[in-house]
Amino acid sequence: MTAPARTLEIRTSPHMVSGYSVDTIMFNVVVALLPVTAFAVYAFGLAALLVLSTATVTCLLTERVACRLSGRASSLGDWSVAITGLLYGLTLPPGLPLWMVVVGGVVAVALGKALFGGLGCNPFNPALVGRAFLQAAFPVAMTTWSPAFTSDRFTALGSSTLTLPFTRPLYDAVTSATPLALWKFERQASEVGELALGFIGGSTGETSALLILVGGAYLVARNMMSWQIPVAIFAAVAAFSGALHGLDPETYASPTFMLFSGGLMLGAVFMATDMVGSPMTSGACLLYGAGIGMLVVVIRVWGGMPEGVMYAILLANACTIHLDRWIRPRVYGATAQEAPR
Amino acid sequence: MTGPLHGTPALGDEFVKGLWRDNPVFVQVLGMCPALAVSNTARNALAMGLATSFVLILSNAVISSLRHVIPKQVRIATYILVIATFVTVVDYAIQAVSLDLHKALGAFISLIVVNCLILGRAEAFASKHGIGRSLLDGLGMGAGFTVALFSLGAVREILGSGTLFGIQVFHADFQPWIVMILPSGGFFTLAAWLLVFNAVTARRARAAEPLEAPR
Repeated sequence: MTAPARTLEIRTSPHMVSGYSVDTIMFNVVVALLPVTAFAVYAFGLAALLVLSTATVTCLLTERVACRLSGRASSLGDWSVAITGLLYGLTLPPGLPLWMVVVGGVVAVALGKALFGGLGCNPFNPALVGRAFLQAAFPVAMTTWSPAFTSDRFTALGSSTLTLPFTRPLYDAVTSATPLALWKFERQASEVGELALGFIGGSTGETSALLILVGGAYLVARNMMSWQIPVAIFAAVAAFSGALHGLDPETYASPTFMLFSGGLMLGAVFMATDMVGSPMTSGACLLYGAGIGMLVVVIRVWGGMPEGVMYAILLANACTIHLDRWIRPRVYGATAQEAPR
Repeated sequence: MTGPLHGTPALGDEFVKGLWRDNPVFVQVLGMCPALAVSNTARNALAMGLATSFVLILSNAVISSLRHVIPKQVRIATYILVIATFVTVVDYAIQAVSLDLHKALGAFISLIVVNCLILGRAEAFASKHGIGRSLLDGLGMGAGFTVALFSLGAVREILGSGTLFGIQVFHADFQPWIVMILPSGGFFTLAAWLLVFNAVTARRARAAEPLEAPR
């Protein structure tokens, strides 16, 4: 009796198996986002819950349809769309009409991901593509912020959440401005403690800086996120805004304010570190992060809008391909002069 | 299809090719600047399409009639001269017809001179064929360009302001998609139409493919 023939697979060194596949990493990112999501629902109540779930479900359905239309196997199993949906929902104002959430979700997945070829082929972060589209299409609705920690947030919905599709939303009398808008348009500073812990208004997920950092630390500890990117972003923001604040404290906000307000934490830890949009080598990641940090401060200080993280990350995503070409990973066994043996 | 192998195409084909097979905007991707810039309302898009068609048809006819007279070395400059004459005519005509249409189209009327479509048809077709065929080619290309521009303008105006030709299409509470009136909306709409166009063309090509015989 002859033994069955076996195929012998031969691969050259180095041999490294990390055991991580795409879906493991993505699942862990979702786990890291759970504290932020929980706080978002706690702070903004029922409306936030609806926005987040609508965003996630819309992205999942759009991905399903897109896969079917393009003949690819369904890629829902790799959890990447769940992250897109959750992150996209976390950047939206809690009182946003649900039909706008759906429109943005469809654009985010269809335009930001599926049209480019699916996971791994998209140059821009899909969640930010969706949000950028919504910002351009519905600027008034996207800059109307509901106050946090209202007493009836778990029992009543704002009048704007359930507006009929394609209808203008009507807002309750009470809307609040974000700390960034307060600084830019009224020069009113906010307490850093409040900013860090999240007892302020803003978009659904950006308020609690502490929980975002906890989620980021978890991912770095499990070696699933390149820490160079958020560190570089924070360093660049702190350095640049510190320099400006040192020059003229009245006109320019303090570095701690810049670091803890707005979507910088969420953007730096979860959006900029998206593996498809960020560079491959750590040197390029540092440059990428520094670029984002500089752009954020420039847009916040001199741009027309109070918040600039979204555009900074999208612009840096566009530069990623050039950074990757410029700073290539070192080939094992090659020195600078010789070709690899 | 021209040349010794296929024979000269039918006269009708010269007209029809500009509508779908060689559509200036969706296939040749020429004249993108006016296509994206002035298609924010249907009226502007239609006006720009008709103005370009007018210039295209007449310049094709004139250049075709002079094709044996124009020396090769100065042909581009001569074509531009002819085209610019007709663009000037169109410019004054639009001013006479509607002053606010003229303001809305602005500098893009004068920019019809450098529209690649018109110079392209002059160089590729009118300088090599008779007046009749050149006229038909100009008509077809102009019609294709106008239809393409109108489709862009209609979608952008309906979604971006809720109106079509200034008439309210949706109810008063309609939330307009501001992005559609902005330049980025022009790019998005063009991409969407290109997607539809290419999907239809690909499906037609698949349906027309003869089945391969099994080996």
